[in-house]
Amino acid sequence: MVATALSLAQNGSDFFQDRSESNCIRDDGAFCAGWVIENIDRYVQPTLEHLLLVTVSVAAGFAIAFAMAVASHRARWLVPPFIGVTGVLYTIPSLAFFFLLLPITGRGNLTAIVALTAYTLQIIYRNIVAGLANVPTDAKDAGRGMGMSDRQLLWQVEMPLALPEIIAGLRIATVTTVALATLAVFAGAGGLGPEIVAGSNITFRTGVVVVFVILVAMALAIDLLLLAVQRWLGRWRIAGEAPSRRKPRLRRLRALGSERA
Amino acid sequence: MHGAYRADSTPAGALRSVRSSSLEAAAAPTEQVREAEALAVEFRDATKTYPGAEAPAVDGLSLEVPAGEICVFVGPSGCGKTTAMRMVNRMVEISSGDILIGGESVRERSAAELRRHTGYVIQQIGLFPHRTIGENIATVPRLLGWDRDRTRARVAALVELIGLEPELADRYPAQLSGGQQQRVGVARALAANPEVMLMDEPFGAVDPINRERLQNEFLRLQAELRKTILFVTHDIDEAIKLGDRIAVLREGGRLAQYATPAELLMAPADDFVEDFVGADRALKRLALLRVGDIDLWQAPLAFTGQATSEVRAKLAGAEVPYALLVDGDRRPLGWLSESDLACETVPSRPDSSPDPLLDLDDVMRDALSDLLQAESQYAPVVDAGGKIAGVLSVEIVSDFLTSEEEALTDEDRAAAEHGAAEV
Amino acid sequence: MIAMPLAFLDAFGGAIEFIFTPRESVGVQVEVGGLGQVSELLLEHVRLSAAAMAGGLAVALPVGLYLGHRGKAELLAVGIGNAGRAIPELALIAFLVAFVGIGFINVTIALIVLAVPPILTNTFVGVRQVDREAIDAARGMGMSEREIAMRVELPLAAPTIVTGVRTAAINVIATAAIAPLAGVLTLGDFILSRNVYGDEGVLAGAILIALLALVVELVLSAVQVAVTPKGVRLQRAAAEA
Repeated sequence: MVATALSLAQNGSDFFQDRSESNCIRDDGAFCAGWVIENIDRYVQPTLEHLLLVTVSVAAGFAIAFAMAVASHRARWLVPPFIGVTGVLYTIPSLAFFFLLLPITGRGNLTAIVALTAYTLQIIYRNIVAGLANVPTDAKDAGRGMGMSDRQLLWQVEMPLALPEIIAGLRIATVTTVALATLAVFAGAGGLGPEIVAGSNITFRTGVVVVFVILVAMALAIDLLLLAVQRWLGRWRIAGEAPSRRKPRLRRLRALGSERA
Repeated sequence: MHGAYRADSTPAGALRSVRSSSLEAAAAPTEQVREAEALAVEFRDATKTYPGAEAPAVDGLSLEVPAGEICVFVGPSGCGKTTAMRMVNRMVEISSGDILIGGESVRERSAAELRRHTGYVIQQIGLFPHRTIGENIATVPRLLGWDRDRTRARVAALVELIGLEPELADRYPAQLSGGQQQRVGVARALAANPEVMLMDEPFGAVDPINRERLQNEFLRLQAELRKTILFVTHDIDEAIKLGDRIAVLREGGRLAQYATPAELLMAPADDFVEDFVGADRALKRLALLRVGDIDLWQAPLAFTGQATSEVRAKLAGAEVPYALLVDGDRRPLGWLSESDLACETVPSRPDSSPDPLLDLDDVMRDALSDLLQAESQYAPVVDAGGKIAGVLSVEIVSDFLTSEEEALTDEDRAAAEHGAAEV
Repeated sequence: MIAMPLAFLDAFGGAIEFIFTPRESVGVQVEVGGLGQVSELLLEHVRLSAAAMAGGLAVALPVGLYLGHRGKAELLAVGIGNAGRAIPELALIAFLVAFVGIGFINVTIALIVLAVPPILTNTFVGVRQVDREAIDAARGMGMSEREIAMRVELPLAAPTIVTGVRTAAINVIATAAIAPLAGVLTLGDFILSRNVYGDEGVLAGAILIALLALVVELVLSAVQVAVTPKGVRLQRAAAEA
């Protein structure tokens, strides 16, 4: 009890520190536009670092999940163990994961990237598998009957038809990683996390708002970009859609976490 | 007039070659795209037993399909007809026995190579939704490594052959109707000049009206291309309409009878085949006939202004007890009644109309249907120029059917039954 | 190469020891470690997570059921789920600390904000995906709208709803780990206050949090199976056969 109280007091004394000059800042306003415009530069580097963390983690996650999916496509017995492993990696909270990795990879960006990558595996893997499973069987039968080898069938028919769903999984993974990468600060990595937590930042209202906005904007931008890619790659689907909008939307409903059902 | 049947509905037994140079016209200017020579397909005691199953799915099937002919596999569900067909391109591996294409065993060829030279059309079509129609049709040529120009020319020729507008080649399957998609499926199978075509209930998923259209188009195509085709259906009427030969399979994958449609209808090998063909097989035979195939009766002809005494004299010994009024070109105007003949000369306008007016090219079943619907006992038959060629009645048709059956000598009958006994 | 796994095992051992044995803190003059302290923080972690989940369920479940039953606001119900994914947990806590203040209630509310989207979306989607024919039949038999919602839609949507609950629970437990920043001392404190608990404490905290999450996940998976109506289970098995 005493220990916790002391620890709180120690941390608490950090909370009240010097501020910069302007009145807005001194009064700790919610959003001091002037200060933001003046100091916007200090967020550029962290934002880029953050973006880098996200990109590398998702790319690595995609590469690994893709390889897993191709392997388990032919050897179906691999699917349950793969689902199990990715599930466990998903369940372990990233914060804990960082520190479980600490003895192996030490502090820094690598630990963060490994943990973030592991987190994306489940959603991406599940989506690739689901996408491949949803390829119409008659298209596969016709393809095989026309003389396509297994490899040709996979790359010319199955993958293109599964692509929209794969990209959907990529979208979810990326959005969650943008949010999660803020915790990377605890692993000793960069990004926008330090802007929230380091020093007195956590009570710096304007700063918090700015970071919040940047994160949400980043997530939104990437999501829309990937959505455009998803639409473009699946344009053959849109081609046949009837004018009435109601039915198609219902079909596209996806339960959250259905990837882990 | 049954004009609609003239060009399109061509019973397989009496194909008229349709003059169409669409294939040649659309060939690439630098290269003649030739259709490959059709090959014969032979089943030699072909058997398929699935692991763990007690009985074979296909049991010792032996038959030979001559090159350029359509062989229809027909039978109830579970009789193994689709399995048998899929053994030809090794989508189903043969357990024992063999299948030969052009004398060469399919087991000795690589599966992928075999399939690239075999056309394969399935009921659900299986078009690739992510590719355009043109790309779909070009699938096998691309797999075979054809160059772009040759492929493009071939696709264009095929699109025209199946009766689609050229613009549709750039659309996606989802934008086409079911009937159009079906035709694209056939075109895709034809793309790489296959020697043999396999078709598994290709018209099954289409509504009856479009199905008939597709069947007629299919026959038109076959008249030009003359491929060896193995066709699977559960519909005996479709089998009779399309097949040059029909293989009736019973449950357990055994061959019940292998014969031409006429033989099948006239001499079913056993009760099973007879049941399967249906109780109305006499009527079904009529679908194989045209009015002009049989000897028609002649009615005495009368011309306007002719003396009625002359007409009556002709009537005395005629096959048909009514006189038919015709014009100067011998076109039927109507039947003359007693009151018509009461006058001195033949009137210019008869009492009863000449309907139903039949054509030599009409399918017998439809002609007879019209005849039965009308009140008349006799119907005049005209040729392509509209000139009287004879008269049809129900009696003539039934006489013909009976004489045909008698003409089927004991030898032929034994052969038809033997075809079943071979298995 | 060998040193790494060995070092890991060593650290691991130290962490286990930390859980069970109190010792003098290196950084501050207090006693840290031992089952007493561990259970105290664990309890707080569970308390916080449970409170947040209860609140989330209380809000999201009825709303999701209502909207799903009526088929209204589809864009909103599904959109919230997607948007919820983008909420940065750390920034959320920071927002809380900066604008509202520290304290159990405040953190709970923040965690409820995290828990609501998956539960809401999944309840909505789960209800929408219930067989229209079954609902039609129920209506035809004279069931009131409320009865239909509770007796037909809810049970049939239950598996999907529990999936959403699982997702929410994992998010809540994970974010509860950084609650110490807002003054609520959960298992995360072991990790965040390294100078107090030492390296063994940090690793111990990580292990404990991971274990908590896995246990909860397992329990909820069992709940999901239990909650899947037997008929639906058989249907699925037949479809997969």
